[in-house]
Amino acid sequence: MSSADTGAVTGTETGSATGTDTGAPTGAATRSWTVRFRSWLTRAVPEGQWLPDRQPAYVRSWVYVFGVVTLAAFLVVLLSGLVLAVGGAAWWHVSRVGHFVNSTHLWSVQLFFFCMVIHLWGKFFMAAWRGKRALTWITGTVAFVGSIGTAFTGYLSQSNFDSQWISTQAKDGLNSIGVGAYFNVLNPGQMLLWHVMLLPLVVGILVVLHIVLVRRHGVVPPFDAEPPAPIHGVEAPDDGPAAAQASQVPGAQVPPLPAQQSAAAERSEVAR
Amino acid sequence: MWVLLSSPGAVLPRAARYVHWGVVQISLTNLLIIAAMLAVFVLALLLPFPADRKSERRERSGVQR
Repeated sequence: MSSADTGAVTGTETGSATGTDTGAPTGAATRSWTVRFRSWLTRAVPEGQWLPDRQPAYVRSWVYVFGVVTLAAFLVVLLSGLVLAVGGAAWWHVSRVGHFVNSTHLWSVQLFFFCMVIHLWGKFFMAAWRGKRALTWITGTVAFVGSIGTAFTGYLSQSNFDSQWISTQAKDGLNSIGVGAYFNVLNPGQMLLWHVMLLPLVVGILVVLHIVLVRRHGVVPPFDAEPPAPIHGVEAPDDGPAAAQASQVPGAQVPPLPAQQSAAAERSEVAR
Repeated sequence: MWVLLSSPGAVLPRAARYVHWGVVQISLTNLLIIAAMLAVFVLALLLPFPADRKSERRERSGVQR
């Protein structure tokens, strides 16, 4: 077991182990999975891009708000769902507090979908897959589809006449495509577990991936906007011919040299 | 139990109103929600975003930082 494995900070590994060296690990440090994992994390989203206090100027638009509102609604959905899970499936039928938490869960889901659809429209008409952002678009789309499944199993878990009606209607459609034996909407226990465990896990992982990719590649600029200055250590996204043209118009900023990057980044960003 | 017997409407919701347009049929509630989403989307594109005080001061003084 190497010193890196035991956590001791000695010799040549000291620099990277203390976090002062964020570059690629060398020598004995490459054997340590923690060093390799930290290096991978640093490459995935460089320091300073996780929780930025500045954004590109073009983000100052209402259309860019809906992604973060969707995320906020998602957190309320998760928290209220957690409380409902503690109370049990029938709690909201017999308790005023349970009824309130159930309503919070329902209305936060409505807000979640309302904002997610507007976010989807905004990004679709902006062609948000530009500039090597295809995976960002795909994770968002799959998370949207997964959310529909989660909401569907939620409606089946209400344990009331509505859920009975929805399940008996849905079973025919699901049987017709041959998944009824594996995804039995008439089995409330199975549907409840899909709703509180499997699907939230899938959607949660996709949402985290989506946010990491947004932070890694940056927020997609409008068609006529000048792309922000590249940050050291991150490949500058290719924003397509429109962005290239934007940088060619008179008065537009030319791609800066590394020494000019901090000043250029300040010019293209707005204060918090 | 008395509530259930005296007013079944409290337990059984009324049938939703539906809008029919050829082969398309949609509940009025869903149609209104989609219309609201479209309205909010258009407003988000058109309404100006409020600037923070620092940015306003900078713009007034013509200083870029």
